[in-house]
Amino acid sequence: MSEIALLTQLKDKFGDGVVAVELDAIDAWVEVTASALVGVCEFLRDVKDYHFDMCNCITAIDYLHTDPKKAEKVDWAPHIELVYHLSSIATKLTLVIKVKIPRWKDEAAQQLPEIPSVAGVWTTAIWHEREVYDLSGVNFIGHPELKRILCPDDWEGYPLRKDYEMPLGYHGMRGR
Amino acid sequence: MSATNIDDPRVIEFDVRTDEMLINMGPQHPSTHGVLRLALRTDGEIVSDLEPHIGYLHRCAEKIGENLTARQFVPYTDRMDYLAAMNMNLGWALTIEKLLDHDVPEKGRHLRVLICELNRVASHLVAMGTYGLDLGAFSPFLYAFREREKILDLFEKTCGARLTYSYIAPGGATADLPSGWTAECSEFINQFKKVIPEFHTLLTTNAIFIARTAGIGVLSPRMAIDYGCTGPVLRGSGVYHDLRFHGEERYTELYDGYEFDVICADSETGKYPDSHQEVYQDGLEYPDVPADAILGDCWHRFYVRMLEVVQSVRLIEQSIAKYDACSGSHGEPIKLTQKLPVGEAYLETEAPRGQMGFYVVSDGQSKPWRVRARSSCFSNLYVTAPLCRGVLLADVPAVVGSLDVVMGEIDR
Repeated sequence: MSEIALLTQLKDKFGDGVVAVELDAIDAWVEVTASALVGVCEFLRDVKDYHFDMCNCITAIDYLHTDPKKAEKVDWAPHIELVYHLSSIATKLTLVIKVKIPRWKDEAAQQLPEIPSVAGVWTTAIWHEREVYDLSGVNFIGHPELKRILCPDDWEGYPLRKDYEMPLGYHGMRGR
Repeated sequence: MSATNIDDPRVIEFDVRTDEMLINMGPQHPSTHGVLRLALRTDGEIVSDLEPHIGYLHRCAEKIGENLTARQFVPYTDRMDYLAAMNMNLGWALTIEKLLDHDVPEKGRHLRVLICELNRVASHLVAMGTYGLDLGAFSPFLYAFREREKILDLFEKTCGARLTYSYIAPGGATADLPSGWTAECSEFINQFKKVIPEFHTLLTTNAIFIARTAGIGVLSPRMAIDYGCTGPVLRGSGVYHDLRFHGEERYTELYDGYEFDVICADSETGKYPDSHQEVYQDGLEYPDVPADAILGDCWHRFYVRMLEVVQSVRLIEQSIAKYDACSGSHGEPIKLTQKLPVGEAYLETEAPRGQMGFYVVSDGQSKPWRVRARSSCFSNLYVTAPLCRGVLLADVPAVVGSLDVVMGEIDR
């Protein structure tokens, strides 16, 4: 894929919105800022010769070592990384977009971190974002109906967070 | 409007408004293909709104993946799409191989094509049989399961299991095919080829079946892409896209040297590829598209699956010949505690129900840092709500059945 040409276009258009580019990874990826995300996605969907018209997958990865000894050894601070796997039906190309956000907007108040929703760009993102909200605890701003999808509505906590602890019970059923 | 002078009785149904009623369909309704709950808002017989509720089969496979090694996770992939477990195994195996940059020997490649296409046939047979059940036709189900049973017997001989195989593993497969297996498989294929026209007689050309499916739940190509639909649902709308042709190299190279077609109606003529005639030398003609059918409706989604079965048969015949010509190893699976290199890999494969993707992030341990499964049915199911708005209540099973969802894969 002619990533270079596309990335030059992205850099020209979004400037500081594009944080990092990694072409040597197994799947080449582009990191953008949360504020530039929706603009970048709209651009990628409509851009000539590429047309990333399909949003295949949205993943949230929780980077946190609960063991302080291990946390000392790594060179990153705890954060959540959102990964958008895009592809194009028209041109058969693929692209990976990454966004890094903090783990909490306000940890003491347990306020979820925020990121703009891309549901307006690809409709399929509505369910994918609901799943990320449900399991990883990310608040998608502008999402039409952000609620749990796989877990019950009254479930507590976000199971795919690294510091998640399985509840002792749920409505009288033993948890662990 | 007076009701005395109406020729078409359906007009009355669509003209009268009644009190709205909320109806729960599922999670135990037999036509919902597992534990799917549909909350319907109805106006008389018309569905005015619908919301699917999922999660009844949620086992948090992604979290389990973080606590197991790559090799240990294989049985959990079986339990995603349990009707096409071999294809799930393959998706996971290829993703891990992509991360490890590990290649499978030639013999293992043909073995994988053979096994996965056989599983695709079995999976589409269930789709066809249960779709008949959804619409009230019981016999096709029995015909489909009679044939599927023979495939399961073949699979049992390879790995001992009939549903959750864990046969294809990262690095290759757990065992080579037993001696004489390919001969048995050819025998089955020869017999099975003669049965496929029976299915067309039973359902495809059945007047009642056409009346129930043609023109119902029409999905436009644009909407299919926007909603992330893949597999037969996408191709049923006339979008030319099949990962066996258009996917990543690590996946498409499996099919290098194989001849088969993407089943998709031509955008100009509306005709389906007629390469099935190479399978049937006796000049078998497939039924024409009925006049009532519209591209993207339930009938087309069903028909795409039926034609894909023939393409899979073609692939199986070729792979048996190629496999038999190979010698050497089929590819030994990686070690149970194999360490994964730092990095991440995402790979999608064309499973029977659509594009199944796996995403692995590793920090250098043998257990992945993060495992993600991109389910095809998850995206396919989301499109039920817009498809069902305005249809008759009795057509809801027709629409849901045509999407052929498996809840194990949606909820993971």
